[in-house]
Formats: sequence, structure tokens, C-alpha cells
Amino acid sequence: MTIDPEPAVLDFRLPPTSEQIQYGTDNVLKHLHIEKGDVEQALADAPIVVEGVYETGAQEHVYLENQGMLAWEEEGVITVQGSMQCPYYIVDAFKKALGRDESQIRIVQTPTGGGFGGKEEFPSGIALHAALLALKAGKPVKLIYERGEDMASTTKRHPSRVRHRTGVDEEGRLLAQDIDVLLDGGAYVTLSPVVLSRAIIHAAGPYQCENVRIDGRAQLSNSVPFGAFRGFGAPQSLFAVERHMDVIADRLGMDPVTVRKRNLIRDGDSTATGQVIQDGANRIEVLETALQLSDFEAKVKSHAQFNRRNQTKRRGIGLASFYHGAGFTGGGEVYLDSVVHVAGLPDGCVEVRTASVEMGQGTLTIFAQVVAAKLGVSVDHIRIADPDTAIVPNSGPTVASRTSMIVAGLVERACEDLRSQVQESGAELGSAVDADTSDPPLAGDALVSAIAGWHAKNPGQELIGKARYIKPENIVWDDETYRGDAYGSFAWATYVADVEVDLRTFGVEVRDFVAVQEVGKVLNETLARGQIQGGVVQGIGWSLLEDCVWRDGAMQNNELTNYIIPTSDDVPPIRVAFLEVPYAFGTWGCKGLGELPMDGPAPAILNAVAMATGVQASSIPLTPERLMKLLDPELERPG
Amino acid sequence: MSVAPRIIGIELTLNGDPVSLEFDPRDRLLDTLRYTLGLTGSKEGCGEGECGTCTVLIDGIPVDSCLVPTYQVRGRRVDTIESVDEGTLGAFLAGGATQCGACTPGVVMTASWILANPDLRETHRLRELMAGNLCRCTGYDGIIESIEDSLKENQA
Repeated sequence: MTIDPEPAVLDFRLPPTSEQIQYGTDNVLKHLHIEKGDVEQALADAPIVVEGVYETGAQEHVYLENQGMLAWEEEGVITVQGSMQCPYYIVDAFKKALGRDESQIRIVQTPTGGGFGGKEEFPSGIALHAALLALKAGKPVKLIYERGEDMASTTKRHPSRVRHRTGVDEEGRLLAQDIDVLLDGGAYVTLSPVVLSRAIIHAAGPYQCENVRIDGRAQLSNSVPFGAFRGFGAPQSLFAVERHMDVIADRLGMDPVTVRKRNLIRDGDSTATGQVIQDGANRIEVLETALQLSDFEAKVKSHAQFNRRNQTKRRGIGLASFYHGAGFTGGGEVYLDSVVHVAGLPDGCVEVRTASVEMGQGTLTIFAQVVAAKLGVSVDHIRIADPDTAIVPNSGPTVASRTSMIVAGLVERACEDLRSQVQESGAELGSAVDADTSDPPLAGDALVSAIAGWHAKNPGQELIGKARYIKPENIVWDDETYRGDAYGSFAWATYVADVEVDLRTFGVEVRDFVAVQEVGKVLNETLARGQIQGGVVQGIGWSLLEDCVWRDGAMQNNELTNYIIPTSDDVPPIRVAFLEVPYAFGTWGCKGLGELPMDGPAPAILNAVAMATGVQASSIPLTPERLMKLLDPELERPG
Repeated sequence: MSVAPRIIGIELTLNGDPVSLEFDPRDRLLDTLRYTLGLTGSKEGCGEGECGTCTVLIDGIPVDSCLVPTYQVRGRRVDTIESVDEGTLGAFLAGGATQCGACTPGVVMTASWILANPDLRETHRLRELMAGNLCRCTGYDGIIESIEDSLKENQA
């Protein structure tokens, strides 16, 4: 066999030659645009225009449990068990690929050893491979990826290049933001259009500006598919804008805190899509809390002193202010049309039935917590059904920081529906429930015995409380013009990184990290803190250590020996604080927070490195090799 | 010419009990544990001694079982996550030390080594001692705090 290779696209940043065109006329997988005000005029009128180009690399998820699926056919039903975030995505994939009816497909999530987006869309393919082999062989087939296979072939975070051209006045007020977002889309479309969407919506940062233009493209390249990864495009564009804010401050001779304070969104201001922010959150207070907890001002002074005296070390402190929209973008939640069931079982127990998976983030705990509070029943009487599509309805994918904010709220409403069904039947039953005692609402042990009583009267029947997503009326989004309310809510944050750079090794050590965020009401302090700490450490890895090395579009360092993620000894304790302003449409007032912590570490760390060294680094990962080239270009000169 | 035997046998102490084993001489300890003995608590995260999800104790010392040929544990004492009782887990069950759980068996085995040898703390920092067990969920704070709590409980 002879192979005659076509010219590959190996750098998404270069315009493709005509021989390299593989998709449409320009290899653009998706083009999106946001426009507010008159950017060109405002730039022409602005006394100062600051430009910058920022780049981020691919990132591998490194969930500790590799991808894997088990498939078999039984009585005409193809069944798959495995590691996944979205059981119903696999159902949809099987309907298309196998031409089967949903009743002949059963997908069961097994407790999943980490996902971070890496088990959003990719498992559909692995499940299908296992299923096809099982159907052909007539035997069960288990397909488990080894680490090297997993890293070589599964999705990664989209690499990006973001250009900023920003008009500012002498006081640092933003007059115009012209932003160009380019994502490496990889060899297939996959989720690139939606990742691009979130990237551009977050690209202007949490700031008030009357004139904003954001142009976004996802560009094909012949590499592994890039896909969902915690943050979903926002970490890339927020890295750019938050690094750029420090570059602007540097140009103006101002301090980065003042420039941010002057521009942070106040209630009544609007985002780039024209979404009016009116959530009662105080973004200045978030920033000031972070400054206070990190001892920011004092460290600016003491680090300057340290740097004057020390021959080999440089210290710096940097911050990043940012936001993250929770749930699906725009009309996405309406499209998902999520449904949740809460069943009353014959033994009186209450069983939550959703397709939302546990992968370490705490779905089981939050759902149990919501049921216990709503129905007053003890945890012993609460069960959470395995996400098994033969049993659970489609409550949507376990992605986009939506499980606590949206699905847990549906669980609560389904509980209410279950209770009313039991209460209404109580009047007819007479015995198990006395209709007169139904105010106050039936709860606790009385509810447990009433459920058991219902089953005694209705043997073999199912008692199921149901809830379906209802869109809050005030959310209006136009997908054609990209105008309106992009997200039901934004969480707001300021992170501060304190670093030390070793001028001999060019290593950057993060000595202290403070993460302050306003996330609506915190439902569970332990889980929320764990999400923030884990996300921050993933962000530190993306900033400084995690470097995908490519050759001809393939990952060369597809093993944990040379793709380095942070160990316990590479990171400091992550100090976390929450400000809580209840969000009207989130479960008990909560906003989504799982992805938020991925957004802040990279710009905060590089801003700190800029203060420490005077070098305005613009791309991550900032490995020692890259920092060496920036600090000492002479070392790069060939001997 | 003699042909190497396809199966060899050894004796060892596994989780406190004497055990006789027969296995392919090429087997890794991790495979013997998981597939011959059905002790699936030890996980394979990388297969090259980087991630620590397969950590077991050999004569009380934490070792990546993916790097150990099974014949090397002849006559030794091997302890796996299955030997750990709830009491030892103590602070780990209080919350924050575990999220997805894939790293947890290995983390607990290394932690139990530290708890059994508190003198290690005199020469090493806890974050240094735990650096052989990767965790992608917690950011390590929950793990480190739980071990610190357990060490305090043991002292009290």
C-alpha cells in the first residue's frame, strides 16, 4: 500500500493555502460575532489604544480513571455501562448510528473517576465502538483505554489566540474593546461551535464598556479533536482580557487594581451582548475581599524590597477579576427541556431519578441534601437511582455548572409534586393519611409511611413526582444577533496569585493563592470549597506545567511521565472565600460554580510573574524554557 | 533445551493472611491483585509509576504495584486498600479528601504509611510525602488536611 499524504493543517493561526482547505472555503468550523456600540469611531477618538496578542495551549483532562465502556446485547436491547457525563448523549448517538429505537438502547453510568468535560462528548464514540464489537461478536465487549491511548486520542482544551485592541482614556476607563478570538478546532467540528460561543461571550471580561466588537472563529487543523474542558472556552478568552488589563495598567503607569475598579460592572451596566446585570452582587467587594485576604498592597511593597536585595529570586503578586455564566448559553436550557422524577417506593423511601452523574463533584450529596430539606425525610430514606436510561428521564447532560443550579431545583419541584400526589390521594385513602393533617405539609416519617400506605392501596403501580424545566421569563436571548441574556446568572470572582521566580532555573513557584467569589448561595461548603480548590490547581497546571507537545498533529508526550500535572508539592494551600447573594432562579439561591475556578489562575499568575520580572508574558503554559527565552533572549542565541 | 515454566508459584502474606499464588511470571503485582485475586480496590491510572492510584504497601513501604513483577513479593507482606478498616479512614470520611475517588485507594495507602510512621514528619513535609499520589479533583487541600487531622487524632 502506498500513501500519498495531503497537505496537513498543523498551525491553526496561519491562513490555510488552497491545498489545505478541507472544510467549506476557508476551514472555518464556526464564525460568531458580537457587536455593541461603534467600536471603530470609539477607537479613533480614544486618546490611547493598547494592543496585545495572547495565546493558550491545549490541555489534557487527566481524569485519574481512563475512559472505558462495557457493552452487551440482551433480548434485543444493546446495553452499555461506563465512565461518562451524559448518558442521553450516548442514547442519541446510538439512535443515529445504529438506527435503533430508544427502547432498544440502555445506557448506564458507572461512578465516574473524574470527567472535567473529557467525558462529555467523547464517550459516545467509545460506547459505540464497544457496542458494534459486542453486536458483531455476540458477546460482551469491554473497551478500556490505557493512559497512553487515552491521552493520544481523546479531546483536549482548545488552543487559542486572542487579539485585543483597546481604547482607553488617561484614567484607565475602557472606551472601546476590539477583540478577535481564534480557537484551534481540531480535525472535526465536535463541540467547537459551542465552546467558541462561550469564549466570545466571556471575552470582554467583567467590565462596563459602551463599544465592544468580538469576532470569533474556530479554525480546522489536523490534530486530535478539541472539545469540552471545564470552563469551555471562557478560560482562554478570560486569560487574554485579564492579562491585557495589566498590560493596559502598565502602559498608563497605573496600578492594576485601580484600572479594574474603574471598569468593573456595576448593577445596571450591561455586558457585550447587552445583558443588563442587576443581580445585587458587589463586584468591587469581591475584589477588595481578595486584596485584603491576600495582603495585596503590603506584598506589593515587601516584594519590591525583596527584589532589590535578592540576587537569584524575584517575587510578584498578581490578580485577575472575572466572571462565569452558569448553565447552557442563551436558549440552551429550553432546548434541553430537562425532566426529573422523584419516585415514592413501596417501602416508603424516596428515590431521585435523573441522568445527572456523580463524577466527584457531589451530585449525590446535593440531591440527597435537597430531598432531605424539602421533604424532611432522613437520609436513610433517600435513594439516588443510578443514571440508567431504562429508569431515569433525561435531566440533561452533567456539564456547564448546571447540576446544582438547575437540576437540583427540578428535584425539589418533583419532591413537591410527589408530596401533593400522596396528599391528594390521602383524602381518598382515609387510613394512611388524614386529609385534615395535610396542613402543614406532609413530611418526614409521616410522609414515608404515607408513601408506603399509597403502595399498599395501589399494588404494582408507580408513584412518581415529576418536574420539567421552566425558563425564567426575564431571560431573553437572540441566537441570530447574539444579543440578550447569554446566561441566567454569572458568578463573579477575583483571584490573587503570589509567586516567586527563580532566575537560575526559571521555575515559577506559586507561594500563595487566594480565590474569592460570589456564587449566590453556597449549598454545601465542603463541596463548594473542594470545587474551587481543585479547579484552581488545574488552572495552575494549565498556566505553568501542562504542555501538549505536537508532531504532525499527534500528541508526542501522551504519558504522565512527560505531561506534568501538579502534585501536592507543586501548589500552596488554596485559600477560598465566598460572598453570597442569593440568585432568584437557582436552587435555594445558588449559582453554578464548578467551572469558575478554571478561569482565574492563569492571568493572575502571569500578572504576578510580570510584576516579579518586568516581563509581560503573553502565552501559557509559561514553562521554565519559555520564561528563560523571555528573560534572557541571549541564552537562546545559537553558540 | 528447557522451556521456562508458564506458571510459577510463591507464598506471601496478603492483608495479614498467608497466601499461596500461581501466576504467569510476567504478571505485574497490580494485575495479580485485580484479575487473579479480584482485589479491584487498587486502580491503574497510568501503568508507569507516575500517578500512584495502584499504591500498596510492601513490608510497610508504599510502592506502585504497576511497577512490581509479582514474583518480587515472594515471602513479603503486602497490604492493599482492602485491608484498611473504616476506623483508619477516620478523617477521610469527614469530607473534602475525596471527590471522584479514583486516586483515593492509593492516597489512603500512602497516608496509612505516614500515620504508621509519624517520625517521617520530622524530616519531610506532608506535601512532599504525598507527592507520589496525583489527584485531579481536590487540589490536595482536602487530602492534606485530612491526614493532618488523623495525625492529631493519633497523638491525642
